[in-house]
Parts: sequence; C-alpha cells; structure tokens
Amino acid sequence: MSPAIPILLALALGLIGWLAARSRAWAFRKTARAAGGELHSLPGYHGWYVALWALIPAVAFAFAWSSLSPGLVLAQVLADPAASSLPAFGIQRDAILSEAQAIASGQLGAAFRPEAAALVEPFRAAQAHFSTIGIVVTLLLGIAGGGFAYTRLAPGFTARTRVERAVLFGLLLASLVAIFTTFGIVASLVFETARFFGFVSPVDFLLGTHWGPDPMASPTGVSGDRYGAIPLFWGTIFIGAVIAMIVAIPLGLMSAIYLTQYASPGFRRWMKPMLEILAGVPTVVYGYFAALTVAPLIRDVGHAIGIASASSESALAAGVVMGIMIIPFVSSMADDSIAAVPQAMRDGSLAMGATTSETIRKVLIPAALPGIVAGVMLAVSRAIGETMIVVMAAGATARLTANPFESMTTVTFQIVAMLTGEGSFDHPATLSAFALGMVLFLVTLTLNYIALRVVKRFREAYE
Amino acid sequence: MSDIASTRLRRRYAAERRFKALGLAAVVFSGLVLAFLLVTMTANAIGGFKRTELVFPVDFKSGALTVDPAQLQGPDAVQALQGAGLADVVAFAAARHVGDKAAAELNERAWRELADQLIADPTLLQSQVTVSLPVSDDLAGAARGDGPQPMQDLAASLKAEGKLVRAFDWGFMARADATGPQDVGIWGALKGSMLTMLVTLALAFPIGVLAAVYLEEYAPRNRWTELIEVSINNLAAVPSIIFGLLGLAVFLTIFPNFRSAPLIGGMTLALMTMPVIVISGRNAIKAVPPSIRDAALAVGASRVQTVFHHVLPLALPGILTGTIIGMARALGETAPLLMIGMRAFVATPPEDFTSPATVLPVQIFLWSDEIDRGFVERTSAAIIVLLAFLLVMNGLAIYLRNRFEKRW
Repeated sequence: MSPAIPILLALALGLIGWLAARSRAWAFRKTARAAGGELHSLPGYHGWYVALWALIPAVAFAFAWSSLSPGLVLAQVLADPAASSLPAFGIQRDAILSEAQAIASGQLGAAFRPEAAALVEPFRAAQAHFSTIGIVVTLLLGIAGGGFAYTRLAPGFTARTRVERAVLFGLLLASLVAIFTTFGIVASLVFETARFFGFVSPVDFLLGTHWGPDPMASPTGVSGDRYGAIPLFWGTIFIGAVIAMIVAIPLGLMSAIYLTQYASPGFRRWMKPMLEILAGVPTVVYGYFAALTVAPLIRDVGHAIGIASASSESALAAGVVMGIMIIPFVSSMADDSIAAVPQAMRDGSLAMGATTSETIRKVLIPAALPGIVAGVMLAVSRAIGETMIVVMAAGATARLTANPFESMTTVTFQIVAMLTGEGSFDHPATLSAFALGMVLFLVTLTLNYIALRVVKRFREAYE
Repeated sequence: MSDIASTRLRRRYAAERRFKALGLAAVVFSGLVLAFLLVTMTANAIGGFKRTELVFPVDFKSGALTVDPAQLQGPDAVQALQGAGLADVVAFAAARHVGDKAAAELNERAWRELADQLIADPTLLQSQVTVSLPVSDDLAGAARGDGPQPMQDLAASLKAEGKLVRAFDWGFMARADATGPQDVGIWGALKGSMLTMLVTLALAFPIGVLAAVYLEEYAPRNRWTELIEVSINNLAAVPSIIFGLLGLAVFLTIFPNFRSAPLIGGMTLALMTMPVIVISGRNAIKAVPPSIRDAALAVGASRVQTVFHHVLPLALPGILTGTIIGMARALGETAPLLMIGMRAFVATPPEDFTSPATVLPVQIFLWSDEIDRGFVERTSAAIIVLLAFLLVMNGLAIYLRNRFEKRW
C-alpha cells in the first residue's frame, strides 16, 4: 500500500488543527487583552503546536503501516482457500503471487496463469481490508493527537517553547544523518567483508599476486589463490598516483602559479572559470573521451615507437585523462596554500633583488609546500577512487607490469565488474567487491585525514 | 656593472621568462584539452542528432487504405491503421519507388511514425504525400561506410538518387533506449535523471540545510558535534562508488523490489550530495554578520525566530548556490548508480519514482559499450545534452551568486 493517501489525510488534519488552534488562540488573546493581559505565545505557535501533534504520530504510523501491510495482506491471502492449490515454495509460487498482486493493484490487465487469476479476488479483498484499517487508524491517531493538544491550549500555555523544542530536535536529527550514513557505510562494508573473509583468508587477499575470480565456480572450496589483490592495488596506484599525478602536479601547480602571480586580471577572469569547467565535466564524459580519442592515439604512438604490446585499452590513456581531470583540483589547492603565505615573505624576497620566479621557487613554494603536499594527497585520494575513467579506458586484465601501454585494472574497476555481473550475492566473487571497497574506503580516509591535519597545522603556522 | 654581473643578470631574466612561459603553457594546455574535448564531442554529436531516412512518395489517393475517420480520433488509432494494412502500403510504395532491396531495409518502426503523422493530420489520407522514414541499422551503417559491400553499393546508389538522406531526428529527444542506433532516444534517460534528481533534492536539501543550521547556530562544542563534523567532512571526500556499495547493501536490502528505481538512485545520491550542501550552507550562514542576530535577539525574538526569520533568508543565496553545484555533480554521477542496478535496458520512459529507469550518464556509459558505430554519434549527442544541462545549472549558480550574494 502506498502511504500517499493516509499522509494526505494526516496533512489535512494538521491543517485543520492549525487553523482551529490559531483561531482559538485569537479568542484567548481577545479576552486576555480586554483584561489587560497578553498571551505567552503568538497564536501561530498554538497552531503549530496542535498541527505537530496531529501530524507526527499519524504520519509515523502511515509509514510504518505501509511497510507492514504487504506482509499482512500476503498472510491473509495465503489463509484463503484459493491459496491452498499453490505450489509449496520456489520461484513458481512467487511468480504467481506477484502476478496476482499486480493485477489486483491495477498494474496488469489480465492474468497469464490460471492460479493467479483465482488469487486476484482474495488479494483485492485483503488490500482493501488493510488499507481501510490503515486509513482509519491514521485518522484516529491524527484526531487523538490534535484533540489532546487542542485541549491543552490556554492563554498562559507555553506553545512557543514547545514548538521550538520540536524544531531543535528536528535540527539535531538532520545533523545526525551524517553520522548514520558514515555508520551505514562502515557497517555494510565490514559485514560483507567479514563474509568474504569467511571464504578467502585476508592474507591471501592482501598479499596474493593472482587475481582471477570466477563468479560461476562453486562457492564452496574456493581457493584463495584466485583472490590476490596485489595486481589491483598496483594498477590503482600506477594509474591514479603515478601517471595521473605526473600529468596533474606540474600542470596544476604551474597553472596556479601563473594565474595567481603573473596573469593579468582579465586573463585570470577568463581562465579560472575555464579550469572550473574542466572540474565540472562528468567523469563518464572523460571516460568516453579516454576510450574514444586518447586511447587509440596512445596505442598508435606506442606502435610507432616500437612497443608491440601497446593495447587499445591502456593504463596510460586512463591515467593521462584522469590527470587532466585532477588539474583544477591540484591548481585550486596550490592556489589556496600559496595565497596563505604571508605577504611579508614575498616582499622581503623581492626587496632583496630576487626576480619573481626566484621568489616563487625559493620562497613561496618552500613555504607553501605542506599545503601543496596535502593538496596532492587529496588529489591522489580522489584519483584512486575514480571509477568511470578506468572502467571505460583501463581494461579488465589484472597484471603486474610497469609498462603503461598495456591494459591494467584497478580496484574500482573490479568493484563494478564484480557487482554488475550475474553472480549471486553469497558468492565470494561478489563479496570481494565489498572487501575491495573496504580497502578503498580506508585508504582514502587515511589520506584525507592526514591531508586535513597537515593543512590545519600549516594554516595555524602562518596565522 | 661588471661583465660577470650583467651575464648573470641576463641569465636570471631568461630563467624568469622561461618560468613565466612554462606557466602560461600549463594554462593554455589545459584550455586546449578542454577545447579539444568539447570540439570532438560536438563534431560527433552533430551526426548523433540526425538519422538516415528513405524519401519516397506514398499515394493514399488510390484508396489503398480505408480507415474510419472517427476511429483515427480514438485511442486505438494506431491499431486501426495497422489493421487497415498501413505497413503493407508503406512497404509497397517503398518497393515501387526505391526498389525491393531498399524497401526491405526500411526500419520496422517506420510505419508507426507515418501512423503518428496520419493521426495528427487525417487529411493526408486523401492525398499523395512524400514521406521520409527511418531505415534499418544495417543500411544506416552502410551509408556511413560500414558493413558488407553490397549494402554499401545500395546505399551509395540511393544517395546518388537523393532517396537516402541524413535528416534531423527530433524523435531523439522524445524516445527511450532501443537496440539499434537508428531507434534510440534520450528522453527515457532524461526523465529518469529528472526523477532521480527530484528525489535527491527533496532529501538532501532540507536535511543539509537543517544540519548546517544546527551545526552553525546551536551545536554545543563537544565530542558529539566534533563527530558530526568529522563525518560530514569525510563523507564529502569518500569516493562516490562507496556510496553505491552502501545503497546496494542497505537500500536494496530494505526495498528489494525497487531495483533500478529513481527512488533508490535518488536516495543514494542524496547521501552523497548532503555533505556538499551542509558545507556550503555552513559557510553561507557563517557569512551572515552577528549584528543581524544581535538585532533580532535585542527586539525580543527567540533564537529559532532569529535563525528562521533573519539568518536563513540572508544565507539562502549562498545555500542555493552550493545546492545547485552539488546537484550538478549528482547529475553527472555514474558509478554509484551502476552499483544499485540502474544499468538495465529500459525501453520505456519511467512512469514514476518506483518504475525501472536509467539516467543520462549511465545511458552514455551503456551506449559507449555498443559495437555498432552509429552509437558513437548517439553517445556524443547524449553527452552534449548532459553537458548542456550542467552548463545551465552552473550558469544559474554563478548568476545567483553574483546577483544575490551580499558582502557585509
């Protein structure tokens, strides 16, 4: 049952409560003012107080009921005599039930299976039965809550304080979502990773050098030697932390230096947004660009310089494009840390007769180095978590090689590959994606944590 | 000045010029890469908005097709035309004017498009009309220079006679995914993206703003607050694919029936977007000067009134800018949606928040995997549509920032 109708009803009740309570408070105010007094709270707050009481229990019930009622409906249908002819269990049974349900709720026109047709009526009856209960109870809860609150209204009633307490509670709840999310990520990763380590030992996973899971193989008796993740870690580091950074660090750093130290304001006004556009292009577009344009180019260059193994999916293509994607990131981090260096240091250097480039190289960059290093760490953490570029351009073969013209695979690629296949959820091949996700999560977390600490300390040093 | 000194000075100035040129080169290189990317995509995309069509006359005057005009207004008009044999009429006319071989390469959906035209304008049934209908993927490929030689010869001869043309394909913006590049459209994915973004916005915006208000205005300085701040900062830096794993392990366990639905996709992306909104919201709230709060409190407003009546409205432009930027990022996001199964082949645009859907970036990814070369152009066209949306959103954010942001 969709919670839409009960929730609309609850909203209507809330509106009625709000109007009624407000007009009652107006009446209070009239008599109070005649006697020279004043209400504790504005009439609007009385309205909100009653509305909240009418709404919150009713809406909470409507949501709970919408998740409970399908089970109750099913139970009632199964208790029906028509359900006794159903097969005892298995896919057939589920198919018949879901078909009957779809017809009953009007999503399907006619039944394909005769058993389903027989169950349509019981389904319809059960659905009507339980949705009536849901609507009635929602209404009752709304009326009871609103009525209770309404009887408490009085000229001296502290409606504002109570409403504000509810608002504050809502604010706290919203800010707790972040903690719940973090907790949810950690819990789901830890849980599934533990199941994976039930099949494959952590030592084999973290130190093995052969990666070749077979999602079709029987899950029992899986040997750990197909789950060695070292080639994936190497591919990830080679693409994300080596090739991408060789592209991104010089280009990003030099762009930042040129734009902040040399460029005219007009040039900067045009080029800085351009760099931001580079950061705003979706990764799937970069991936397509890498696969369609850059990878064939690199393969041809590889063949031309005599590297026969140059493949049309190469670590170099993915890494270079990833580096280009990271340029704006490095550039803005470098920009921030150079701007944080006190003007006095720059002035001192220039006053001693140093040229601008000498000042930059010998004074600004050494002084800004901690910030720049932290920026690079953040950039690395973003690069190794990047998925679409490597999925589209880096290839699927796990190999330990330092030849950038060969195809290579990464942690993120394997997560996608393991989870978008047809493998069952209990298979170690599928579960290995969560273990890889766990490693990725921990590594990016560590990099970010260290980088933020460095940035913080660096800021404090100059402030 | 001695010789040595002036030589050294010359050398230092040369180094200065080299360094400056290097910096300029870095900026220009980045700009060129962006330009190269955009030009390649646009060049490919122009073809992606077109398709290959056969042009030939169909004569309805000869009475080949008899349909009750009243039925043409009804809901079963297409079936009525089908029953009257429209497909055969089209095939016959094609065979007469472009030859049997070419007529066999007419797209299976060709007569349906003509049916739509007839329903829109029933007077066509009394006249001879020249129609331009899509051809099969094979003939379209041959017209591009792919495929077996006989087909390419056929395409070349038809082209020379002006019967095979590349025409602008309005339907690309109205159809959904299909198996062949001649039949695909972007509307299904676009609608899926819109529904997903609506869910994301409805969840991430209120939660993000309220959390930002709490952290800036109310939170006591203690361990709990620190924990909240640390989790928000970490969530902002967690790779997006991890959110996909969360969506898969948590949301799909709670709602197993909603695999690949915009609801689940939107919830997953909302968790990803929320930290962005919180961080920008906090900055915007922080930028509202304390004098505003003091003034409100001094005339007797409560703290909730101060925040909701005065601080929040003043911070809203900044919050909206951050929200739009976060939404733009969510719109371009692919990896977490692949994780929760939004990569299925969906041939009809999604009806509501719970029906199977795909989104624009995932559609681009799926098409990029296709072998038929016609998909290269279609993929680029989809990319241009996506980039156009992102450009509009970012432009809106910049406009809001410049127009409404106050400096105190």
